[in-house]
Amino acid sequence: MTAPTTETLLGREAAERIYQLMLTTKLADDRAREETKAGGLQAAFYPVRGLEAVCAALGEVLRPDDQLVSTYRNLADALAKGVSLRAIMAELYGRIDGVSKGKGGAMHLHDTAVGFMTTTGVVGSGLPISLGLGLGAQLDGSDRVVVVTFGDGATSIGAAHEALNLAVLWKLPILFLCQNNQWGEHTPIAEYAGSTDLRGRAEAYGMAAHRVDGFDLFATLACLRDAVATLREGGGPVFVEAMTYRLTGHTGTADFSYVPADELAAAMDRDPAPVFRSWLTGAGGMTEDETVAVERRAEQAVADAFAFAQASPLPGPDELWTDVFATDLVSWEER
Amino acid sequence: MSVLAEPKTEEMTSAVAMNSALDCAMAADPTVILLGEDIADPIGGVFKVTKGLSTKYGTHRVRSTPISEQAIVGTAIGLSMAGYRPVAEIMFFDFVTVAMDQIVNHATKLRYMSGGATPAPITVRTTVGGSRFGAQHAQSLEAWFMHTPGIKVVMPSNPVDAKGLLTSCVFDDDPCLFIEHLNLAYSSKAEVPVDDLRIPLGKANVLTEGSDITLITYGPTVSLVRAAAETLAGHGIGVEVIDLRTLMPLDLDTVFDSVTKTRRAVVVHEATQFMGPGAEIGAQIHEQLFGELLGPVLRVGARFTPVPFSQGLSNAPSTERILAAVHSLVDQP
Repeated sequence: MTAPTTETLLGREAAERIYQLMLTTKLADDRAREETKAGGLQAAFYPVRGLEAVCAALGEVLRPDDQLVSTYRNLADALAKGVSLRAIMAELYGRIDGVSKGKGGAMHLHDTAVGFMTTTGVVGSGLPISLGLGLGAQLDGSDRVVVVTFGDGATSIGAAHEALNLAVLWKLPILFLCQNNQWGEHTPIAEYAGSTDLRGRAEAYGMAAHRVDGFDLFATLACLRDAVATLREGGGPVFVEAMTYRLTGHTGTADFSYVPADELAAAMDRDPAPVFRSWLTGAGGMTEDETVAVERRAEQAVADAFAFAQASPLPGPDELWTDVFATDLVSWEER
Repeated sequence: MSVLAEPKTEEMTSAVAMNSALDCAMAADPTVILLGEDIADPIGGVFKVTKGLSTKYGTHRVRSTPISEQAIVGTAIGLSMAGYRPVAEIMFFDFVTVAMDQIVNHATKLRYMSGGATPAPITVRTTVGGSRFGAQHAQSLEAWFMHTPGIKVVMPSNPVDAKGLLTSCVFDDDPCLFIEHLNLAYSSKAEVPVDDLRIPLGKANVLTEGSDITLITYGPTVSLVRAAAETLAGHGIGVEVIDLRTLMPLDLDTVFDSVTKTRRAVVVHEATQFMGPGAEIGAQIHEQLFGELLGPVLRVGARFTPVPFSQGLSNAPSTERILAAVHSLVDQP
């Protein structure tokens, strides 16, 4: 068997794009956690380390007009969909150049221009919202698809189950992408789920459901590509449980010494960006210099985004009162 | 000489008027989509407000759903982001609590949290009133939503307002909670324009003019207050009755104008009196007009109990309580 290369599997451009995205995600996440711990970034930041391959694969299979609803562990989703890293970081810092003028924060990223519709800060609440976006695509007669991403913990909340059932009933073009990092906040999955077969829960509703190794970029890419093709053909919703592992604490500052050392070490050995680099410079056929050039671009993008965010002004006091309603009302307290 | 034709009207109950509102909205705008339990024909909604609409516009636009309130409101939010104007029916106000996360954490805040980029202009219709189902099918929870920035709260008192306010909600660019009282849905009839009718949100309606006292109310207690006003007129007390129609935005200007004139006010509603809408309205009047008042603003709301089932029990405002409140203010030496 001939080893796969960038040319046969991905194409050179895609391989570079994927590596740059995974590495940018990793570096931005590392930096955000550092800044949070140092106190310069006053935000509840939920790291995405471990999800780099799942999200890069997702970014590859979606079109710009496809729509995504995310949950607060959202940085990799946002970058995969093409949201500006500068605008993301400015939002994390609560600055006027953020995606929401600093009024949403880390948990509420969006950019509808690239189909990144909204991020919910409430576990499981994105699934019902994805129903409406999926129904909109169906009513429009469009072949655009909707993706909702959520962690394993979201499969324990009732709203998720209402959504799975209704999506099947109405054959909505929705990819339910469960980013299973095996921890519900600080509780391991086996301690909160009677059955850890989350894929099976979706199947029980009559939905096509797959489980894939989320550290394996190629397997995840193939799985998501098939899923999206099914959606575009009107084949009804698909559930994908991508198996990963949380490589950090629950939040950017949380203690995670409780994570079993052997589990974490095994997962770190599969850290998506470094593993993909090994493949790129080995079987992938990219030279060291070419790879380093990609890395320089990722490093520069992250440094630039943090500098941009830190230099951006805070929103002015009038912003407190805008965007409450479509037409700004008089403040009830100050009338 | 130009002749302005009177709009064509028909006699309608509030239920029929709301059906007419949805019918006109769906005819005018193909993005209007209805969602809810049992809303398609042949049932046409358990209160018949959507009767005939799925037959006329198709089940792709009038969509019966599972018993899944979170999914219903979530679908409405997603549809609004996709450019549609969804109207979700939640059968009872009490069941709105099941969808509180989608309404309170999402619909009301999406505009703000996104810096204006992703508003969720949905309409949630629900019903309240009557105790024949017991305490889980009867609660007036409007104060919870008035307390939450980002959602408009509307409660009509008659068939014309029911049509005009509901139509305005459907086409409003903010999330709207439209509360229908079951006592009003079928009981009284009025001549209602058959064509498109819109009544602006945030505008109270002064029903009767008077110089001695202002009675501020909305929804089901409007008829109670009007009856009380007639009784009081017989005693020589001139009552100004204000039907708020919209609780958010709250038309305080109309309230202040009236109380500036009458210098006395009572707020009446079926919601719980303690921490109810009347508490805020009363506080606003006191803060604005303290020096003008001849007495404290009083409240007549529901007693601080769940809604009782037995016909032998009632926690709701009564004519007697309204009259007693008015007399305590007006009869002072």
